[in-house]
Amino acid sequence: MASIVMFCILAAVILGSAVMCVTTKRIMRSVTFLLFVLLGVAGLYFLLDYTYLGAAQISVYAGGMVMMYIFAVQLVSKRTLQGLVERVKGCRALSYALICLVGLATVAGVQLKNGFISVLVEGKEVPMQTIGEALLGSEKYQYVLPFEFISVFLLACIIGAIVVARKEKEDK
Amino acid sequence: MVPVECYFVLSALLFFIGVYGFVTRRNLIAMLVSIELVLNAVDLNFAAFNRLLFPGEFEGFFMTLFSIGVSAAESAVAIAIIINVYRNFHSDQVNSIENMKY
Amino acid sequence: MDFTYSIWILLLPLISFLVIGLPEFVNKKYSWSHKTAGLIGTCSLGLVTVLSYYTAFQYFTADRLADGTFATFVPYNVTWLPLGHLHFDLGVLLDPISVMMLIVISTVSLMVHIYSFGYMHGEKGFQRYYAFLSLFTMSMLGLVLATNIFQMYMFWELVGVSSYLLIGFYYTLHAAVHASKKAFIVTRFADMFFLIGILIFGYYTGSYNFSFTGTEIAYGAGASAFTVADSARALAAGGMILPTALVLMFIGGAGKSAMFPLHIWLPDAMEGPTPVSALIHAATMVVAGVFQIARLFPVWIEYAPQALEVVVIVGAFTAFYAAAVACAQSDIKRVLAFSTISQIAFMMVALGVCLPGHHGAALDNHAQLGYMASMFHLFTHAMFKACLFLGAGCIIHAVHSNEMSAMGGLRKYMPITHITFLISCLAIAGIPFFSGFSSKDEIITACFEYSPLCGWWMTGVAAMTAFYMFRLYYGIFWGTENKELHAHHTPHEAPVTMTFPLVFLSIVTVGVGVVTTLGGFCDWSWASFGSIVSAAGTAYTVHFDPQVAATSTVIAILSIALATYIYKGEKQPIADKLYATFPRLHRWAYKRFYMDEVYQFVTHKILFRYVSRPVQWIDEKIINGLIDFTAWGANEAGETIRPWQSGDVRQYAVWFITGTVALTLLLLCL
Repeated sequence: MASIVMFCILAAVILGSAVMCVTTKRIMRSVTFLLFVLLGVAGLYFLLDYTYLGAAQISVYAGGMVMMYIFAVQLVSKRTLQGLVERVKGCRALSYALICLVGLATVAGVQLKNGFISVLVEGKEVPMQTIGEALLGSEKYQYVLPFEFISVFLLACIIGAIVVARKEKEDK
Repeated sequence: MVPVECYFVLSALLFFIGVYGFVTRRNLIAMLVSIELVLNAVDLNFAAFNRLLFPGEFEGFFMTLFSIGVSAAESAVAIAIIINVYRNFHSDQVNSIENMKY
Repeated sequence: MDFTYSIWILLLPLISFLVIGLPEFVNKKYSWSHKTAGLIGTCSLGLVTVLSYYTAFQYFTADRLADGTFATFVPYNVTWLPLGHLHFDLGVLLDPISVMMLIVISTVSLMVHIYSFGYMHGEKGFQRYYAFLSLFTMSMLGLVLATNIFQMYMFWELVGVSSYLLIGFYYTLHAAVHASKKAFIVTRFADMFFLIGILIFGYYTGSYNFSFTGTEIAYGAGASAFTVADSARALAAGGMILPTALVLMFIGGAGKSAMFPLHIWLPDAMEGPTPVSALIHAATMVVAGVFQIARLFPVWIEYAPQALEVVVIVGAFTAFYAAAVACAQSDIKRVLAFSTISQIAFMMVALGVCLPGHHGAALDNHAQLGYMASMFHLFTHAMFKACLFLGAGCIIHAVHSNEMSAMGGLRKYMPITHITFLISCLAIAGIPFFSGFSSKDEIITACFEYSPLCGWWMTGVAAMTAFYMFRLYYGIFWGTENKELHAHHTPHEAPVTMTFPLVFLSIVTVGVGVVTTLGGFCDWSWASFGSIVSAAGTAYTVHFDPQVAATSTVIAILSIALATYIYKGEKQPIADKLYATFPRLHRWAYKRFYMDEVYQFVTHKILFRYVSRPVQWIDEKIINGLIDFTAWGANEAGETIRPWQSGDVRQYAVWFITGTVALTLLLLCL
């Protein structure tokens, strides 16, 4: 029962922040609301007893990336930092919303109609040792290859980001 | 325990809010933020599936984990590109790079 | 026997064409001088003539085969284009008529080459002229030496092209350009039928060769005769296939040989230089149609003897029509042109009156006397008509006009031209001891054997021939002298380069005439043209029918006397009176019975207006419209689709999501 209450609170926070995030006219606020969404999602992970995942979500997403966004906003939109106002045409936004609603109805309909049965009755936190072995083992259902791969990928992305964002030397 | 349908509905809602944001916002960073919402919705779905329907296994868990890593990388590159666009076009609005289609 | 050198008869004129023509056409500054160009052309033609005479000598002095015919030689035959079991060959075929034609063409061509030295002296484009003469000679020789109908057709067209080029030699004159186009289009129109005929013939007989007998096989490398099965198939198809094919080919021949109603180009072709008229439009090219029928003669006789009636009717009518028009023309070259048409029609009639063989033989010398007569007339006509044209050239050269009104009384100024012209006139009129007599007499004999009506008809035309030729003769050399013009510019005899060909050709005319006339009366087999060319190929001694000979001679003499009576004097009261009595008839004849106007009407008023205009309309509105519509549609589609690629990422995303949702819904509903 407590978990349902928790879920409802988190869901309310997530959805409310998400709606605010996409509707607010100011980028800075938008990014801030994104932070709340990310934290809410991390809370859900905790609720699912995926503590490690929740921690990763908070540290990588909420801690790292939102900082990056804020810096980007600061760098890019200095002049409009506080006063960025987007004009969204009402009818067009309405039609987009309609499409989204239809899509939502479709997806939710499919998932609900399927009648999944929850098998988990009483949850326990996933032990850290299991996660560590699975992450660094090379057996079946173990993930050392994607792990190494993603580390290389991250490195490549960092270098790529630096190269792309690097200030070109002014010719002449 | 929370029924799995609640997670489905929540993630679907989050997903389409993200989509709505992506198609309505003009600012490149705001679009990126919307993409993060979409990604989070998917991650949540993976985690909920794994945890509630197949508790003995970890595919969804690791998928989510890697997805967080990949989205971090993606954001880094995207922000680098946005900064570059801003430098070249002196605007962070998506319309400004429309002529890239040629 | 070795005839491998005969290929040089074709190659030499080609080489001289290239040698003279290339520098001229590539860049004028490399052109040969007039004299060198002329000499190259003439010398190569001289060599060709020597080779032709040698070939003829070797060919006709060789022993005959066991059946009394001359062997047919095919020293070269190369498969040029194989198409299944049909193939187009190129080669050299020597048989009596092709060797006879070699002599005619090379002799007249050489004479024209020599003559042109004087006639074309100092003309602009002298080198071009000689190059085209060589090209023409090569094509004409290739035509007669062809081993199959297709090769013949190729050279036939080449001849047409050279004729076009030479008629339009003075291309700065509007009339010459007009005439050359007219000649080319009319003959091309007829050649279309020739081509259709060839294709039908080749399809049904399985070969483009000239005969079913296949005697050439023994010598030809790639030659093959029709197979029995194929010819049987051709006959099985209602028996109409081969006659149809042959008549279609005859239409082609009629176009080239200026038979009514396709004759309209020849009088206009006189716009070309006069030696060209002598060579192409009197002696060689215009007899191509006659040669074509003679070439396919065995096929005509065996498979389409009834169809020969078409040839007779067309020929007889043309002979009369052209003779009637010739009586009223005032341009001397036009008179000669119509005379040529009339004489070629004589040859056509002679071929047409050949009857199917007696005694079950496909070819019969006696029944097909006309074949021999036609070839003989071709030979003699080439000589005396070339002489007449070259003489006319001398006269035009002297008085600078084609009109008879500018002439009259020229006999004292131009004695050599006068004598040679007279000889040729006597020959064409059919006076004994001149070559025309022997050949024309044989033609009339053959006509009488065919039907009395035909015989009398042709006798009448022969009388008209004598009349208009002597009208021409008296109009030029006697009659009223145009003193005013002559005082201004005294006519003079032509230089020796121009008189030599005249003398040579009239000597041939008289020589052949004397020998064959005496031979015909005394049955000398060696002096008979039938000993070299005859329908069956075996030697045939010409024997004059005294009745026919006497009749035609008397009629010819009477006609000449009439012409003398009317036209010889300084004043011509009878001619004026006749003119006053029948002004309309004279006018009609002078206007060539308005044939050109009829053509003009048919082409402009009917074809252009009711066929070409609608076709043009369809082309412009419907076909062009379709193309335009396609272009317009593509353009519009592009314009419509272009905004879809807006470069707006959000828009793409919307489409993507809409599509995905729609697809999912679709899958769910199915």
